[in-house]
Amino acid sequence: MSTTLTAETAPERGGAAGAAPVRRRRTGSAGPRLLTVLTWLLALVFFAPVAWMVATSFKQENAAASTPPTFFFEPTWDQYAAVLAQNAGPYFLNSLIATGVSTVLVIALSVPAAYALSIRPVQRTSDVLFFFISTKMLPVVAVIMPIYVISGRLHVLDNVWTLVVLYTSMNLPIAVWMMRSFFQEVPGEVLEAAQMDGAGLMKTLRSVLIPMVTPGIAATALICVIFAWNEFFFALNLTAAKAATVPVFLMGTMTSEGLFLAKLSAASVLASLPVVLAGWAAQKQLVRGLSMGAVK
Amino acid sequence: MSTDTASAAKGIRTARGAADRPARTPEERRAARREGWARRGPLLPALIFTIIVTQIPFLMTIWYSLRSWNLLRPDGQTFVWFQNFVDIFMDSTFRSAALNSILITVGCVFAALILGTLFAILLDREFLGRGVVRTLLITPFLIMPAATSMLWSVSLLNPSFGLLNWVIGLFGVAPIDFTSQLPLFSVIMALVWQWTPFMMLLILAGLQAQPKDVLEAAALDGAGWGKTFLFVTLPQLRRYMELAVLLGAIYVVNTFDQIYLMTAGGPGTASANLPFYIYQRAFLGFDIGQAAAMGVVTVIATIIIATFALRLIFRSFDAKD
Repeated sequence: MSTTLTAETAPERGGAAGAAPVRRRRTGSAGPRLLTVLTWLLALVFFAPVAWMVATSFKQENAAASTPPTFFFEPTWDQYAAVLAQNAGPYFLNSLIATGVSTVLVIALSVPAAYALSIRPVQRTSDVLFFFISTKMLPVVAVIMPIYVISGRLHVLDNVWTLVVLYTSMNLPIAVWMMRSFFQEVPGEVLEAAQMDGAGLMKTLRSVLIPMVTPGIAATALICVIFAWNEFFFALNLTAAKAATVPVFLMGTMTSEGLFLAKLSAASVLASLPVVLAGWAAQKQLVRGLSMGAVK
Repeated sequence: MSTDTASAAKGIRTARGAADRPARTPEERRAARREGWARRGPLLPALIFTIIVTQIPFLMTIWYSLRSWNLLRPDGQTFVWFQNFVDIFMDSTFRSAALNSILITVGCVFAALILGTLFAILLDREFLGRGVVRTLLITPFLIMPAATSMLWSVSLLNPSFGLLNWVIGLFGVAPIDFTSQLPLFSVIMALVWQWTPFMMLLILAGLQAQPKDVLEAAALDGAGWGKTFLFVTLPQLRRYMELAVLLGAIYVVNTFDQIYLMTAGGPGTASANLPFYIYQRAFLGFDIGQAAAMGVVTVIATIIIATFALRLIFRSFDAKD
């Protein structure tokens, strides 16, 4: 998580200054102002389900499920208190471990691999890249039975470290692809210059390459955090009491006690908050990251 | 050494030839081998990890798919060759689940792509509160799908107190029980909502990567917004769109949360996609053999489709250089 948050401090996108003259010409008259209003309207409509979820989480149950919907109400923290009283801590801890450790592992494995695939290419690079992405096409349901059986034999069912391993393998292919594109972006001259200065492999990597692809690492880590934190299927099938993560807790909120909409909303807000905050903080990094890398 | 980094920067193909060609002394060959391992070394941990964690279970799935293995039947496992595959192709639910998978993936990916492109274009200009608007638009991608699935089905689509039914009621439309009357549509709607931001981010990245001098040149030549978009921006965006479609499809085809939590594949099996149906056969029907066979068929089909898609994308990658 810390990786994604530090991304905030990175410099702003460089291109905007150069684009200003072209853009400025279009602002000022009535047309663009209308377009701005339209953009805001669309964004608010698109965001409405989230706003509704947050609003519902501050209602009492009878106001949450009323016809017609309640728009004006006295906000209450009752639902949050009810969720927290349900001992949500262990679930959050499990999610934190599974997400944090798997993301660190993914970065540790994908950076060298992407380096090998771009700066110092091995043979059959595109085959290797295709292999990585092809594992993402493997529907997880197609391998869940063997994973269940193997985990059972190894006595690691309902163990959070099993999720760490699975989440690492789940995010690694995309991370390799993303990191490779960031390395591709590094100009060859920079490396030559480093070599002429007599820098060895490790030194080049540490003092030249890694700093240049730091925004890329941040963006990649953020993507991994999002997918790992939100993962539901493995958690549903491979965990029970000890290793269950936040999505499983969330489902329990609904099914075990019938429909408590306001409480479910409060639980959903709590469950989503860490990733939403991280994503908001690092969104520039995300756009910038994708523009630097994704298709180069 | 310096030659190979220079060529590496240009691309893979040039570096490939240089490494190991003509007759050399044993010493040189040893050096070349060492060099080769130095190149491969950093790749190996990731590669080995991926092979172990993904390929061993998949091989076991293939093995299971050739066996009759139903946990509910006491007679245990027998080897039945391809009987499971024959059975699933005779199974009409499997066929409708496959069709649903295609409908959900294609419908969601294209709707999200169009909506995402629209949002990206609207965001690619300076206006008051641009940062806030982008933040609002990104959010659905960040929120836990398990949470949004449940909230869509109960809070927004509920026939009596759902927000969406209240909205369409303002226009005089009678309440709709979305998740049971229009289950596929409901699932796709929630998925489009979740994946539009992802598409938007990629397209926005593409728009911002446009060389500004080209845009200025087009403006100087008197090209209007429409013409510039059609002939300058869109061709440049193509690769971003292709990537968005590929990555989106990879994730959407595996959709499970929304179906499990919104419709449970229902009513009946009307909204079951392949992942959900396989899950049902394995964990509720306890028919491991058939579930495995379905998994194998799904994998083969996705890999065939994706190979074509990737070729297309790699071709457009090459065209650039």
